[in-house]
Amino acid sequence: MKAWIAFWNILLKDMRSYYLKPPNISWGLLFPLVWITMFFIRSGLGMESLPKLLPGLVALSILFGTTSVLSVTVTFEKKGRSFERLLLAPISLEVLMLAKTSGAILFGTINAFVPIFVAMLLTDLSAVNWAILVPATILIAISSTFLGLFIAVSVKEVFEAQTFSNFFRFPMIFLCGLFFPVKQLPIWLRPVSYMLPLTYGADILHTSINQTSHMPLLLNFSLLTLFCAALFTFSLRNIRNKWII
Amino acid sequence: MTKEQNAIIEVKGLAKSFDKTIALDGISFSIQSGELFGFLGPNGAGKTTTINILTGLVRPDAGIFQIGGIDCTKNVQSAQHLIGVVPDESNLYPELTGFNNLCFCGALYGLTKQERQNKARKLLDTFGLSEAASRKFGGYSKGMKRKLTIAAGIIHSPRILFLDEPTTGLDVASARQVRQLIADLHKAGTTIFLTTHYIEEAERLCERIAFIVSGRIVKIDSVEHLLEPFQRKQAMQIACIKDTSFIQPKLSETFPDMSFIFSKNNMIRVEADKPVFAGAIVRFLEEQGIDVSEARRIRPSLEDVFVQVTGIESDALRKEKEKSGMGGKS
Repeated sequence: MKAWIAFWNILLKDMRSYYLKPPNISWGLLFPLVWITMFFIRSGLGMESLPKLLPGLVALSILFGTTSVLSVTVTFEKKGRSFERLLLAPISLEVLMLAKTSGAILFGTINAFVPIFVAMLLTDLSAVNWAILVPATILIAISSTFLGLFIAVSVKEVFEAQTFSNFFRFPMIFLCGLFFPVKQLPIWLRPVSYMLPLTYGADILHTSINQTSHMPLLLNFSLLTLFCAALFTFSLRNIRNKWII
Repeated sequence: MTKEQNAIIEVKGLAKSFDKTIALDGISFSIQSGELFGFLGPNGAGKTTTINILTGLVRPDAGIFQIGGIDCTKNVQSAQHLIGVVPDESNLYPELTGFNNLCFCGALYGLTKQERQNKARKLLDTFGLSEAASRKFGGYSKGMKRKLTIAAGIIHSPRILFLDEPTTGLDVASARQVRQLIADLHKAGTTIFLTTHYIEEAERLCERIAFIVSGRIVKIDSVEHLLEPFQRKQAMQIACIKDTSFIQPKLSETFPDMSFIFSKNNMIRVEADKPVFAGAIVRFLEEQGIDVSEARRIRPSLEDVFVQVTGIESDALRKEKEKSGMGGKS
């Protein structure tokens, strides 16, 4: 019960202090929206092509919504020593970091549904498999958040967090099969693509929205879950080894 | 809370190095329940490292320690509910108001909404911060920040409170208030581990004191016992108008039963085993053409003990700390 009170209040504080602030909305929503609009206009296709672009829009909204804030705020709190307050609380590191990441997961998931609702108003989404799309969106939000956490605990300065985030984010956008299939990539680049969690997330999104897939659904879900576990475990190990010296 | 005569903190052979720098070199001590224990030493002596280890922010290389009877060497978390920490720098959330900061800190220790709101209001009132309750912490003055940080450290009514340099950087009035708050907490039965570089603060507040230098405890005892050897001595301080060092041989020759310590600011400290009479010395100095502006008897203080035990001039300790500002690991 006591751990739950701490968990809930950390989540609530982070939502109020960081995620529901205008700069974050601009990163999490505006950037993917502009990006996709650019693709949409360039394609010259009509509204019926919107479902084709939707997986990209959903994935980018999650990716930028989760990683932008978490990696910076954790580094910022560590630098300002307010993170010490959390480390001193009588809760396990696992509960603490789940609380710190829950805000980003929640924000990323909400972010993902904004373009989906907009698309629902503009085009027909009756073919969408919601039973796959909803859990996939949550799982992509979790993996992107844990990637943000991994970045946060790997750097010391706030500016490093931003730079390091982009090091992962931008190549990932092009290599994960969101805008063109992985099969179209040069053969030597494909292994890199399979090392990115979003590759599996993008494939699930294509399956649920456009019924086109590259890999079996169960494999995608399993690998994405594995990425989540690995990133979280590695981040906790980093905190224990680097922050509690 | 009543005082129990048992050790609430027990430390044996605690050691810690950062790269090649030895921060703690096998220190051992114990603190009784309800005791106000002082940790005194210069910058880099190992004070903050000790607190960080005991609170779980740093892992020791060697040694064992217990808090509230719980072995915390491998994992402090099991005893963290017993501990309150006030770090050397105020580390609350600048974007939250004073009230919300306290409520958040209470929530971290599992206090219910009602409990933490009541406690926060009470603490804000006690610390004279009620009017600033709805202002953001980032806009507080240094003194207000310090007081709120102490309030945040005790919102969950910990049995043990770690205070790291609580009055450093505060103006006289705020420092006085903070000292009174510490005394009140002690009176209420909280065990307090206080690090400070203000010797007079430690003397006034603490029951027992450990002097730590270069990661080693060089002396540990009650203030009474530490002062005992010095109580027998008589001391006087004479302030002169100009440099007096040239007179030392003559003074020692004329007053062989006394010892004279000359400091840079034209002060002469006179010590003897029997009563020192100012008149004879002042007359002698004036005959030698030295004008005396003040001569006063001084009572022996912890400062004398500190200087003798550590070999560090207390003025040097204070200046060193002021130069480095508030923060810094020690």
